[in-house]
Amino acid sequence: MTTHTSLIRTAAMSASAQLSVSNVSKTYFGKRDWFSRATRKATLDYTALEDINLEIEPNTFVSIIGPSGCGKSTLLNIIAGLSQPTAGTVAIGGTPINGPGPDRGVIFQNYALMPWMTVLDNILFAIETVKPKLSVSRRMAIAQEHIDLVGLRGAEHRHPHELSGGMKQRVGIARALAIDPQILLMDEPFGALDALTRGFLQDEVERIWEQQRKTVILITHSIEEALLLSDKIVMMTRGPEARIARILDVPFSRPRHRESLDQQAAYHALKAEMELHLSQETRAVEESRIRRKAASEA
Amino acid sequence: MSNTVMHRTGDRPQRFTLNTNQKAFLLFLLILGVVLLFWEAGARLGWFSQLMPSASATMKEFWWWISNPFFDYGPNDKGIGWLLLTSLRRVLLGFAIGSAIAIPLGILIGLSEVAARAVDPFIQILKPVSPLAWLPLGLGLLKNSESTALFVIAITSIWPTLINTKFGVSHVDQSYLDVTRTLGASRWRTLSRVILPAAAPYIVSGLRISIGIAWLVIVAAEILVGGSGIGYFVWNEWNNLKITSIITAILIIGVVGLLLDRLFGLLQAWVAFGQKL
Repeated sequence: MTTHTSLIRTAAMSASAQLSVSNVSKTYFGKRDWFSRATRKATLDYTALEDINLEIEPNTFVSIIGPSGCGKSTLLNIIAGLSQPTAGTVAIGGTPINGPGPDRGVIFQNYALMPWMTVLDNILFAIETVKPKLSVSRRMAIAQEHIDLVGLRGAEHRHPHELSGGMKQRVGIARALAIDPQILLMDEPFGALDALTRGFLQDEVERIWEQQRKTVILITHSIEEALLLSDKIVMMTRGPEARIARILDVPFSRPRHRESLDQQAAYHALKAEMELHLSQETRAVEESRIRRKAASEA
Repeated sequence: MSNTVMHRTGDRPQRFTLNTNQKAFLLFLLILGVVLLFWEAGARLGWFSQLMPSASATMKEFWWWISNPFFDYGPNDKGIGWLLLTSLRRVLLGFAIGSAIAIPLGILIGLSEVAARAVDPFIQILKPVSPLAWLPLGLGLLKNSESTALFVIAITSIWPTLINTKFGVSHVDQSYLDVTRTLGASRWRTLSRVILPAAAPYIVSGLRISIGIAWLVIVAAEILVGGSGIGYFVWNEWNNLKITSIITAILIIGVVGLLLDRLFGLLQAWVAFGQKL
């Protein structure tokens, strides 16, 4: 089992890393001013992430998995630049980021499509915003190419409310890819979909990834999803002060197929290890919640 | 739905089944009939004051007014069509002025929390004031009855649109804003392509309330300011003791108000794109 696990990496910058997360912590400061205390509304500081270090090589598919509330999405938002870390830095190609940018394409759990724009307009809006100097015909060609890539030809002129959840997320994927980002960030992209649609879209993402091989960071709570898609799986501990527990290498050959995935060597060992980790962490989370509830009622 | 079930399970198919709409329509006709009968009987048997015309006489007059909408025999004798056009022109002009103030100001205070809090006391105090209280002030300021009517309509139109625009702009779904931030959109592009379309259903719903109130107010304003329009007509016919004309005007004012509301309802559906308010 240890052959597939690697130790937590230190902050030492590796020259080949495309994305480096160094000593990132995130604390939400509570209210402790005299007024909040006087009105009994004072809250404690909450440290969501504590000293996260992560190096991601180019063209790798990395999944981040952990118990609910462990700060996975917080970490992704920090990498996306939508949220600022309290300490530490995130660097892309050696340059620290400050804020969001089109070098990172984000796919949101709730799709975040503009309801007043058609499928085509949603994608064109992204392309126009990022590359305003492209000619109109070139923009159209890029948009159409990505609509074809996600299999939405024929639905270009529909509005999001006329699409199913799976189709909406395909638009989300097309929009994120159309701006040609260096890194694709996916925040539980299939979390709101039913199981069959989720499986279908996972297969689509696997197919698209084989074509493009972009660096991807995927937040998920599905072990199967992580094993099907990832080169590396980052397992996080429970919050508060969530850390990286360990990073697993997934050495399966590609292209991968859902039906035959469990025949890959080490599949069962990896799956068992992830299940053990997640069930331990989840149990601890639940127990601490029960204790906290009991304490607040006492 | 229940009809088909009954067809399947019952011994014999029922011959007459009415759906909810049909039942409601029959009940509507029944209520209308009872009201008209009561009115007709009351007028003939002298239950009301002598001024009150009978239902049949009123309907005859009503029909006369709507079948001759565009005659013009001088300032105090015009067809109902001209009267309505005069009033509608005033309402739409005043409404346009009010909206031209309310929408930009609403966007501004929707974007800036500081501006919103600074302007809020003015809104809270002025909003509950009856529009007619502005009339004398308008006359004093503008010394012109036509401008005063527009002024009152404009003031009336401001508040619902202003409040709704502010709400719509400040409550844009955070995920839309996250998308534009990750794309690196400029502030202007974010405003014009994301914030305004996202707020559009709220803005239109504010406009819909505003036009409704403006139409309520125009009648009162025209009664007080005088000169022309459907409100002036109501007052003029009261001076002539022509109750039939007043009832005709009431019905027509109601129908026009309904149409204006429906028009903005359509506009609302047109900008909503499946979003629920």
